Amino acid sequence: MTQTVLWLAQRVTAAILAVCVVVHLATIIYAVQGGLTAAEILGRTRGNTAWLVFYAVFVAAAAIHAPIGLRAVLGEWLKWRGIWREVFLVFFAYTLLWFGLQAVIGVFG
Amino acid sequence: MRVLVKRSSAVQEFEVPRHPSQTVLDVVTYIQRKLDPTLAYRYACRVGMCGSCAMTVNGVPRWTCRTHVDNVAGNDELQIGPLKNLPLIRDLVTDMSEFFDKWARAQGRFQGGRTKHDDFEKVSPDSPDRKAADAGIECIGCAVCYSACNVVAANPDYLGPAALNRAWTLVKDARSVDAIDKLRAVAGDAGCHACHTHMDCTERCPKHISPTAAIAGLKRATAKAALKGEL
Repeated sequence: MTQTVLWLAQRVTAAILAVCVVVHLATIIYAVQGGLTAAEILGRTRGNTAWLVFYAVFVAAAAIHAPIGLRAVLGEWLKWRGIWREVFLVFFAYTLLWFGLQAVIGVFG
Repeated sequence: MRVLVKRSSAVQEFEVPRHPSQTVLDVVTYIQRKLDPTLAYRYACRVGMCGSCAMTVNGVPRWTCRTHVDNVAGNDELQIGPLKNLPLIRDLVTDMSEFFDKWARAQGRFQGGRTKHDDFEKVSPDSPDRKAADAGIECIGCAVCYSACNVVAANPDYLGPAALNRAWTLVKDARSVDAIDKLRAVAGDAGCHACHTHMDCTERCPKHISPTAAIAGLKRATAKAALKGEL
């Protein structure tokens, strides 16, 4: 049951990430036209709730998706299975979420 | 033709005459009967039905009885070894116990709900479920897919393509009464969710079955069951 839910979560977040990455890359290509400055980026993101929500969703999806993939890598490559792998991955997920949201809030406020 | 046979102790070289329509099994049999009677290998039907003669031929798992030398010995050389991912018994003979135990672990036995007093179940050959089951039922249990699978190599608990394919054919069988038990048995790190969709099994299956498609079906079916709270 748990692993089925993890698989489902990874597939759903993969779909979300596919959209997020395309939007992110398109924005980068658009933004670098005619030079790139911190002021220009912040001018776009400061106080913009749409970008706040977009990047918060992006970060949340990455924080769910990456640890599930890493779980298989740790199991197959390092033979690391059992409860401590799961504990490490929960910690890893929260770390991604924490730093990601810090960055999102940083460019919003 | 130069033939290098990976034996329990070391690689041994033999010189074997070529013949028209010669199979790799013919080559191994020639070696055992004419050159070295101590060579251990396994075969039974010789016509691609029993699934017992699979070996690694030039690095690739194959059913040797239906693999023509002309198709695999490009530079007049053959390298023959036992199947990978299975414990070695001797020379070219592997222990298939774990392979078939995993079929049992995947609940690969049919469980119907009717007795001999009941009428036959009417199953339309054109129904989507029957077509899905039919796509996988010709498996001969040769373990070529299991030997080719990278996930089995990385995760010895993994049930493997053949066992999961078998479970899928039973999940899709309209007469089967315990599909949900089979889904429970194949969900998880040792089951369908471990598959990375490399498709080595599908590429190598001598019966042109796609265990990858079966495993993808199991992933979808287990996900649906989990969402319904049945798993």
